[in-house]
Amino acid sequence: MAIITIREAISQALWEEMERDERVFILGEEVGVWGGTYAVTKGFYDHFGPERVRDTPIAESVIVGAANGAAMAGLRPVAELMTINFAFLAMDQIVNHSAKLRSMFGGQFTLPVVIRAVGGGGRQLGATHSQTPDVIFAHFPGLKVVAPGTPQDAKGLLKTAIRSDDPVLFLEHATLYQARGEVPDGEVLEPIGVSKVQRPGRDVTIVTYSKMLQLSLQAAEQLSAEGIEAEVVDLRTLRPLDMGPVLDSFRRTNRAVIAEEGWRSFGVGAEVAARIYEAAFDYVDAPIGRVAQKEVPLPYNRQLEQLALPQVEDIVRAVREVV
Amino acid sequence: MNRDEQLRMYREMVLIRRLEEASAALYQQGKIGGFLHLYIGQEAVCTGIVAARKPQDRVITAYRDHGVAISCGVSPEAVLAELLGKATGTSKGKGGSMHLADVSLNFWGGHAIVGAHLPLAAGMALADKYRGSDAVTLCFFGEGATNIGYFHEALNLSKVWQLPVLWICENNRYGMGTAVERASAVSEIRLKAEGYAMPNARVDGMDVLQVRQAAERALDAVRASGPFLLEVMTYRFRGHSMGDPERYRTSDEVKRWQKDDPIGVFRRHLIDGKIVPAKALDAAEVEVEKQVEAAVRFAEESPDPAPEALFEDIYAEGAG
Repeated sequence: MAIITIREAISQALWEEMERDERVFILGEEVGVWGGTYAVTKGFYDHFGPERVRDTPIAESVIVGAANGAAMAGLRPVAELMTINFAFLAMDQIVNHSAKLRSMFGGQFTLPVVIRAVGGGGRQLGATHSQTPDVIFAHFPGLKVVAPGTPQDAKGLLKTAIRSDDPVLFLEHATLYQARGEVPDGEVLEPIGVSKVQRPGRDVTIVTYSKMLQLSLQAAEQLSAEGIEAEVVDLRTLRPLDMGPVLDSFRRTNRAVIAEEGWRSFGVGAEVAARIYEAAFDYVDAPIGRVAQKEVPLPYNRQLEQLALPQVEDIVRAVREVV
Repeated sequence: MNRDEQLRMYREMVLIRRLEEASAALYQQGKIGGFLHLYIGQEAVCTGIVAARKPQDRVITAYRDHGVAISCGVSPEAVLAELLGKATGTSKGKGGSMHLADVSLNFWGGHAIVGAHLPLAAGMALADKYRGSDAVTLCFFGEGATNIGYFHEALNLSKVWQLPVLWICENNRYGMGTAVERASAVSEIRLKAEGYAMPNARVDGMDVLQVRQAAERALDAVRASGPFLLEVMTYRFRGHSMGDPERYRTSDEVKRWQKDDPIGVFRRHLIDGKIVPAKALDAAEVEVEKQVEAAVRFAEESPDPAPEALFEDIYAEGAG
């Protein structure tokens, strides 16, 4: 067992899978000579060479499009979008092609492509560079959308994504790269589409993922001091969404708060709450709470930005309201 | 080129024409849903170009894809069954007219978002180069696709990475109803390749032998030194799709082009050059008509996909 950062976990996953399978290669802006804008692929270019670590022009739609084409032809590309905000420039390739090529042609081929992208606010990058638009992508059948919140999940889920025969959008959080955690030695594989209880508790269920997992765990510690034991369920994957552990937990606690970093409207909270009401209405003891970003384009000013982003205190307050 | 090969190409062009006429009739009868884009008038393009490929070469095209499918060896049965949405269609009835494919024949579709398959072509060519194969990806698109960002991103990348792609612009003069000079800053599309330092050529797309020769040269060039853009001058005799009022061109213009009907041009060449006698060509046409009639029967008699097919083939692993 080693304690590593999420950056190291992602880097290890890529490295190990490239060593394991010749068909795996990386393409994206500044992934090679520069070593990755978030230093995830530092050292890769020198070790694996320019054929397998391919610097691209700044042209997101052809980055994802070429990855789709290479996957159709049997390679296992890992395309890196410098940020999820630039995925909008590749939206047609992601939603009209990655998600649909297999079924539209009657399953004649697989599309083993991974699209890695960094998202999230909190770095004072302004409205266009700070979004958490994860749910948009989770809307489309045909994609798998993975968003880990711990080093172990980051490593294990990315390795599984690369080995998957389906297209996977792998969402990383810009402020989580330095987050540390234990990762088992040797092979680490985590299943896509399986939610996980990250902290047990009896009084309330907090459903969350990615960056908000870390904030939810901090909130749970504070609440514990007040005598409220929160169970924290980490979705880990938005599509396919595994409600099993969420419902198991809710049937015991009868109360839930859903914490996400994206905007509230049509968000993860709305979807998960609806599914809880549909499947466990008889267990509901209080209206389900939602914590999310204020409905504004994220401003640059640090105080305003933090005011708009959901904080630990918001989760604590929301939990107090439902218990 | 020997006589048998020329007769085969003639037969293929007639098959595409008859198949498209049968498709139009089925559409009028309400048996085909969605859009239907006919290839009539452009038969020499796919016939000449695909004839020049090697088996390892991949072909990918836009939504006007029935002719390209036939040239790649897809059966008329599988094409018509897909048009009718049947389980026996190329894509099990899930793709329709715009999304034919048979990857076992190295025919990678039928793509309906204008320009979007150009990056796919670049990616497939990258995969072949990555593996050390000498395969070329042949990517067809209309001149209308050369005004969208995809075209420029894909051409640029193919040149930067020296990808083995033959870019084939089927210039049929109109993007839907907008004439090329009303939509493109340069109407000679091959000039756009110059901006990417990419070799290029233009050829008469109504003459199948010229098309084939140009394609053979272009494919040699791709195998020797990377991507190449071939502009093929052609014309569609029918509307953009079945619902086209054709207000953007005169019937005189269509008639002028029909004098250069690629099937008529090739037929005259075969007869006048004493390569194939008229009798043999007529016999081939009769055979093709029977073949298409049988394909229509097959498609009509084929079953619809079962309701269980709704959730099939979306993911390779697990459910979504």
